Amino acid sequence: MTQDQTEGSAPAGPKSFLDVRDLRIHFPTDDGLVKSVDGLSFQLERGRTLGIVGESGSGKSVTSLGLLGLHNRRNARVSGEIWLDGQEVVGASPEQVRRLRGRKMAMIFQDPLSSMHPLYTVGAQIIEAYRIHNDVSKQVARKHAIDMLGRVGIPQPDKRVDDYPHQFSGGMRQRAMIAMALSCDPELLIADEPTTALDVTVQAQILDLIRDLQEEFNSAVIMITHDLGVVAELSDDILVMYGGRCVEYGSADDIFHRPEHPYTWGLLGSMPRLDRDRSERLIPIKGSPPSLINVPVGCAFSPRCAYSELNQGRSETERPELREVAPGHRVACHLGREDRHRIWTEEIRPKL
Amino acid sequence: MVTFLIRRLIAAIALLIIVSMVTFAIFFLVPRLTGATTADLASRYVGKSAGPQAIHEVEVRLGLNRPVAIQYWNFVKGIIIGAHYDFGPSKVYCGPPCFGYSFINQTPVWPDLLDRAPVTLSLAAGAAIIWVIFGVTAGVISALKRGTAIDRVSMGIALAGVSLPIFFTGLLSLAIFRDNLNWFPNAGTYVGLTQNPLQWASALALPWVTLAFLQAALYARLTRAGMLETMGEDYIRTARAKGLPERTVIVRHALRSTLTPVLTIFGLDLGILLGGAVLTESTFSLPGLGKFAIDSINNNDLPRVLGVVMVGAFFIVLCNLVVDILYAVVDPRVRLS
Amino acid sequence: MRRSIPLVATGLAASLALAACGGGSGGSGGSGGDGTFNAALTKPVNPSTKTGGTLRLANSGDWDNVDPADTYYAYSWDFARLYGRTLMMFKSVPGKSGTELTPDLAQGPGQHSADLKTWTYKLKPGIKYEDGTPVRAQDIKYDVERSLDKKVFPNGPTYFNDYLDLQGYTSPYNDKTPGKLGLKAIDTPDDQTIVFHLKKAFAAFDYFAMLPATMPVPPAKDTGANYKQHVVATGPYKFENYTPGKSMALVRNTNWDPSTDPNRKQLPDRIEVQLGINADDLDNRLINGSLDSDVVGTGVQAAAAAKIQSQARLKKNADAAPTARLWYTAISGDVAPFDNIHCRRAVEYAADKTAMQTAFGGPLSGGDVATHLMMPLIPGSKDINPYPSGPGNHGDIAKAKQELAACGKPNGFKTVLTARTERVKEVNGALALQQSLAKVGIQAEIKKFPQGDYFKLYAGKPEYVKKNGLGLIMMAWGADWPEGFGYLSQIVDSRVIRDAGNTNLGVKDPAVDKLVDQAAVTADATARNDLWAQIDAKVMDDAYIMPFLNVKGLLYRPPGVKNVFVNQGLNGLYDYAQMGVK
Repeated sequence: MTQDQTEGSAPAGPKSFLDVRDLRIHFPTDDGLVKSVDGLSFQLERGRTLGIVGESGSGKSVTSLGLLGLHNRRNARVSGEIWLDGQEVVGASPEQVRRLRGRKMAMIFQDPLSSMHPLYTVGAQIIEAYRIHNDVSKQVARKHAIDMLGRVGIPQPDKRVDDYPHQFSGGMRQRAMIAMALSCDPELLIADEPTTALDVTVQAQILDLIRDLQEEFNSAVIMITHDLGVVAELSDDILVMYGGRCVEYGSADDIFHRPEHPYTWGLLGSMPRLDRDRSERLIPIKGSPPSLINVPVGCAFSPRCAYSELNQGRSETERPELREVAPGHRVACHLGREDRHRIWTEEIRPKL
Repeated sequence: MVTFLIRRLIAAIALLIIVSMVTFAIFFLVPRLTGATTADLASRYVGKSAGPQAIHEVEVRLGLNRPVAIQYWNFVKGIIIGAHYDFGPSKVYCGPPCFGYSFINQTPVWPDLLDRAPVTLSLAAGAAIIWVIFGVTAGVISALKRGTAIDRVSMGIALAGVSLPIFFTGLLSLAIFRDNLNWFPNAGTYVGLTQNPLQWASALALPWVTLAFLQAALYARLTRAGMLETMGEDYIRTARAKGLPERTVIVRHALRSTLTPVLTIFGLDLGILLGGAVLTESTFSLPGLGKFAIDSINNNDLPRVLGVVMVGAFFIVLCNLVVDILYAVVDPRVRLS
Repeated sequence: MRRSIPLVATGLAASLALAACGGGSGGSGGSGGDGTFNAALTKPVNPSTKTGGTLRLANSGDWDNVDPADTYYAYSWDFARLYGRTLMMFKSVPGKSGTELTPDLAQGPGQHSADLKTWTYKLKPGIKYEDGTPVRAQDIKYDVERSLDKKVFPNGPTYFNDYLDLQGYTSPYNDKTPGKLGLKAIDTPDDQTIVFHLKKAFAAFDYFAMLPATMPVPPAKDTGANYKQHVVATGPYKFENYTPGKSMALVRNTNWDPSTDPNRKQLPDRIEVQLGINADDLDNRLINGSLDSDVVGTGVQAAAAAKIQSQARLKKNADAAPTARLWYTAISGDVAPFDNIHCRRAVEYAADKTAMQTAFGGPLSGGDVATHLMMPLIPGSKDINPYPSGPGNHGDIAKAKQELAACGKPNGFKTVLTARTERVKEVNGALALQQSLAKVGIQAEIKKFPQGDYFKLYAGKPEYVKKNGLGLIMMAWGADWPEGFGYLSQIVDSRVIRDAGNTNLGVKDPAVDKLVDQAAVTADATARNDLWAQIDAKVMDDAYIMPFLNVKGLLYRPPGVKNVFVNQGLNGLYDYAQMGVK
């Protein structure tokens, strides 16, 4: 697919701030073609938060690296379109994409210890990020770094700026990471499992911080996680990924209160909840995620789905398309609408 | 930091003392334990054929007939306060550090060691510069161009470098570049740096390259492996996500991490070489500490062997110490305590 | 692994080829020179009387010492003649006459008393040191005194210690008499006369007067062990500098008077010696002409020898120089069944000497098959072959079996054969001997010992030899000088056998000892040399020694070197006192 890179002149020009269309990221390997992301589309506006949820290996992180253009063109095949503020990213030159990274779009990584360079101070790493995109002196950049550290809630930022990552606690490190990501006021912030490595109380603080900063900067945020609890706090919309594809998309309200995909039910069932007593123990989803080399022919979730036999064999032969079931709520499932509602209200919800 | 230094210094001195004791024991105690008489030991110091009288004289002069512990004590005493030696017409005072007296060459050991050290230092320093530059560059390029022809060719050369012995590459380079092309006519005749810098460099060029070839090969492989590992680290991904140009990512972020372990090995290698690059010096007839060691061993010249072992151990210990301190400087995670 | 070997082999071949190509391109190389193979054995090659230039020598190690009181190697003695003069010296001529003595500082050979215990030499007048001061007989006495001090100078020979009537004298450094000339065994009635008093008669004393210990040393300049830094010259060259282990440079001695010295020339302006040069590299430099001579002169290394043998262009510049050095196998009469002479003779007959010669490098760089102890260059040597070892010297199995039967061991026996671990050729020679002995049923087990302790702890220690049944011992012996006494006394006289460190590995025959004593008191050289030939024959008859190789050194003389010849008196080395480069 060829892309016209001239802003606004594309026949189907983007309407949203971020518009991802039929994104495919494939890795040819000796064992076969790994289809990590296989036809993903979504939109996101400034000031809004999208949660992308799925188990490990569902293609979430590959998607986020794809958005930043971080895949090596030698070993990854990326196709589709990513429109960021009217500019297409997939077909752009590496240098163009590099200029976008850090300035227009930034990323917060999962493990702040391994994601920060161990041999440079936190301040140096923030200053470096800032000075790449802003032609300022070291002193100015340093003031900015201290300012950023202060804004993410690090006490005594003027002292901590000269500390090394290993001298920070886990939560502080993640704050520093966020300060680094936000140093150039990015319009799109991608947070990849930002709280997984942290303990529960710190998790809440970090999530609050991201929410506050989003309001302050009016950024678009993509929150990538395997934990529905995290997105529940933050997200406006939620995209559930399975086997490299979107299986359900809807508002947070839809996903939590009217989920229609059996996989979403599974995720909800495996989510610990603090706001109510647990009736039973957590219900994990049986089985393991599919190999992305040999995705099942029919519905990718069918081998693990308790209701696949209700579909007269279509689950094993035909891939369900993502269909709009309500305004802004899309589901890819062969089950009839009535069946889905019945199973949700009668079997699933009571157990949660 | 200060306590760290003091502790490491004490440990280093203790190590040197142990090395001297072990070396001393190997040469003076073990032969006795295996049944050699002190006259047997002394007979190594006399000429082609000598009568028992001459052997006995030497035995007494060298103190070989005394208990090993006392001989060792005298050796240590010589290092600290100096010793007196019988040069014939007069007793000569050998000032501290007096590392003994070579009765085979009729010279005190320490001035000879000092005389040889600049040669080894010149050889090691020059070769080190070459091998670090070429080895690290080749390793980085190989890692970045992994699987390409450049990678295969440079790793092939590296394999050759690691496998070919110096006495082969050395004699080959002499045959080609000195004897055939006549580029370095004075290769193999060392001239002091202060005496004639041009001659110095042209005499050492082939030894430098030969020694550096072997070491560069090791460093290329080491750097390549380190780079490949580092390039997969999360913080490299972060650096790219920040929008840094690829050059900066490689040089400032990846190479910086890769070179930290390389630095450690470099320190140890340099320490070992400063004690004498034995094969290179022998092949190119450079009168450095390595050749000194080999000649002394061949001549059974124990005081010299002991001296050169001590100097070698000293450099290794010193370089270890420097590496430890440097490591703490370059890697903030290491604490000096 | 299999692939890398041809690679290395090709590379090595390339390196040798390149090294060979380099020949003649550099330095004084050139294609000049009228040499043919072995030409320098009989006449000076490229004869010249032109002066000037620098003679470039190299040594793969360093001298044992350049101090005349402390040196024992023939090449050191050869080299020492450049800067020092002794009472007597070997004639500086090619061929057999080189083994004859001629006066140097002395006016003529020593005048001896009737009892051969007193030897008197008169010095030539007008001989000066490099600083112009005259040489005195007392200075010669002083150096002999120095050489007695084995504490300070352990390297040199001990002939003066053993033969002078010392009366307890130990060293000039312990000498309280003024002038430090307290040794009673040497008189210096005037500055031109020196008289030696021996404690036992010795007819061949002129050879002692040839030793470097008779090189005059001015007592005022003596610094003991440090004297080697600057030996005060009497020869045509003097020390410019000497850094042990690194280099030496000699320059013309303007106070050397050629009219007093017919045996030396003063052709080059300078003589430079590089020390500690890698032996293979040294050969390559000789071949490409950037060096003029290997000062040690024991022959080129195996790699260069192969090159020289295969290329006529190089071979014409080479000499296979005969030396006074013999390879032999000692047969221990103390170890059964070698206590029986017939078992010893069985070994003499059975040995395949050609195979052993091949193991040592063949006729060119190894040497000639030996059939008795005294090689042709030793005066008086008679060419005898008491145990002919069959056609082509491959061993006479029938004779050997006959001897075995006479010994009562018709089916052979087991014994031990020793060699020095580090010496590859020696071990290969032992293998060849082992194989030839196996043909007659003698099973020799080879045991290897480190060379440093070979004589001190193992093969030279009779107690060890007996206890461990070392029946056959590989051994080489080089004469101190080419003459019966200098060559044979240390290996055949049973009275020199000590507890350990022996070089006589078991020749015990009272008749031989008696002949040795007789030779010591026979003033007439011809008669004396004939006695040594008799000793040779007697030892062979006893079959305590099985000689197999008269060593030759394959020497290379670059075409640019002038006036070069082999001096047989100096153990088959090129004569450095005559060499030139113009």
